[in-house]
Amino acid sequence: MTVSEDTSVTVDAGRLLEWYEQMALIRQTEKAAYDLFMSGLVKGTTHLAAGHEAVAVGASAALNEDDYVFATYRGHHHAMARGATPAECLAELMSKATGLCKAKGGSMHLTKADKGMLGSYAIVGSHLPIAAGAAWSAKLRGTQQVAVAFFGDGATNIGAFHETLNMAAVWKLPVLFVCENNLYMEYTPISAVTSVAHPAADRAVSYGLPAEIIDGNDVIKVYDTMTDAVDQARAGEGPTVIEALTYRHYGHSRADPAKYRPADEVEHWMQRDPLLVARERLTSLGVDAADIDAADARAADVIKAAVQEAKDAPYPDPATALTDVWADGGAAWRN
Amino acid sequence: MAELITYREAVSEGLAREMRRDSRVVCLGEDIGAAEGVFKTTTGLFTEFGPERVWDTPISEQAIVGAALGAAMTGIRPVAEIMFSDFIACCYDYLANEIPKMRYMTGGQVTVPLVIRTANGGGLGFGAQHSQAVENWVFTVPGLKIAAPSTPADVVGLMASAVRSDDPVVFFEHKGLLASKGEPAPEEHVVPLGEASVVRSGNDVTVVALASTVPTALSAAEQLITEDISVEVIDLRCLVPLDVKTVLSSVERTSHLILVEENPYQGGWGATVASIVADEGFELLDAPIRRVAAECVPLPFADALEDEVIPTVEKVVEAVRRLAAF
Repeated sequence: MTVSEDTSVTVDAGRLLEWYEQMALIRQTEKAAYDLFMSGLVKGTTHLAAGHEAVAVGASAALNEDDYVFATYRGHHHAMARGATPAECLAELMSKATGLCKAKGGSMHLTKADKGMLGSYAIVGSHLPIAAGAAWSAKLRGTQQVAVAFFGDGATNIGAFHETLNMAAVWKLPVLFVCENNLYMEYTPISAVTSVAHPAADRAVSYGLPAEIIDGNDVIKVYDTMTDAVDQARAGEGPTVIEALTYRHYGHSRADPAKYRPADEVEHWMQRDPLLVARERLTSLGVDAADIDAADARAADVIKAAVQEAKDAPYPDPATALTDVWADGGAAWRN
Repeated sequence: MAELITYREAVSEGLAREMRRDSRVVCLGEDIGAAEGVFKTTTGLFTEFGPERVWDTPISEQAIVGAALGAAMTGIRPVAEIMFSDFIACCYDYLANEIPKMRYMTGGQVTVPLVIRTANGGGLGFGAQHSQAVENWVFTVPGLKIAAPSTPADVVGLMASAVRSDDPVVFFEHKGLLASKGEPAPEEHVVPLGEASVVRSGNDVTVVALASTVPTALSAAEQLITEDISVEVIDLRCLVPLDVKTVLSSVERTSHLILVEENPYQGGWGATVASIVADEGFELLDAPIRRVAAECVPLPFADALEDEVIPTVEKVVEAVRRLAAF
């Protein structure tokens, strides 16, 4: 296991520009979510993924359409990277009937099952066994699908993480464990509560699993690493643990101004903003600044329309609170 | 008459029938493969279906039940075993927060056709951490179906429904009944979830029971014949869906209701049944509803102590006698 620093150029400028635009779309969705929250149109809480975009976009680009993705309550970027539209995400956040989950899930449970995005889970670490189960299912059915569990650094200290790495290793499941290590478990530095320096990668050794520690803000690096790990998983060689170092631009949740993070650390990571990193790479590949700006502008237009669409959408019929418990669509538990 | 089979054999038989019928049915759990289960309730499965259909797991309840959930969401119909129902506490997140909520919180995008089988209940002297009747732990969470058969034929018939259900089902196999015998299930035997069974007709008192308390109630009813008290015994068979109609229609005739539960009085399923009957059948009653449930203490080890805590024939007889005289 090594910290990989070099990034081989494996994608052309056109593809990278597409990824840049996807990341811009996620960034602006998160900004819109923040603004809507502040204006009182989003209730509950949100855990924004601004800063984490490269992990979702780079990883998703390495997957097939029928692969499975499992995310956490900080999961807007994963839903969007798998094809959820900004409008259906924002509508869900705004409690609208047109939301991804018909306003039954909310920000923490974005799901786009028909795109293989099988949920966002708000109990830390709970989805790792579930992702392993989807991978087990693919193995049982003899498909070439893989499953990916994205999780935070905080999840590496919960039992489900350890039970899953062990069982997935023993069963050689086609599952990828991708840790978005943003250095903080909620408000506490992960280093203050973890016995090893790299909370996911250092634990992989215990389970005989290969691990990679990568720059999670470099979308190409994420793509390359995922591509290799996915190839291995499809070949029956079992799971890989990928620890992608990244940083969130907002606090843990909407109530958190993140004042516990040192200013110089924030500044360092802002210089490593995944959009800036990608922009620099695009420039080095000869893409005009105007073309990159145009991608930003297109994303802004999409988000502006999405916000309006979500605002205009109806609230759910209260009667739908008593639907969708059982497969027959109802909620009857007695006769 | 066909040869009687044990409840234990019926579990294996019920699983085997479903595994033969549907190749998507796959079992996982601790020691369920070559070892055939610590209770020998997966006997013959590994031999017949092999390691691709019967998976031995590590002692990792969260991984077992979580993996079953992920598989159920993606085209498999897993049957996960949690060896002792007490261990549900080790993976309660999945029973409380994940499995019952997947369909709902995704707005109906996800279907979860899975079964969690577990050996439940006391009477065998396993002490506080291996003897509990924990059906109420599951009953407290909306979104899970619950089956708890009392006879070998019902084991097979309810297993068929549980495995075929597109909803998650927790299937309680009672440890105290494993050696009991009954009629074998006919071919293609399917008992729908949510249909109680009147297992003994009577006119004076309705006794509603579940799993191990069914034979307890039946023995009590038999004893009370000599006192000229006619007891109707209903085997609920499932807690969700709950067959309230069968209970209410019985109470309409007997006007007296006793609920016999092995889970603790505190938070036990009988409280919910009692509240429904009090609410919807108050005018049918001639006496208060009585509950014979476990005492609200941990399960003790010694037989003499355990009998003091869980429902026994004597306790049910006494409760019926008092209620009939009310």
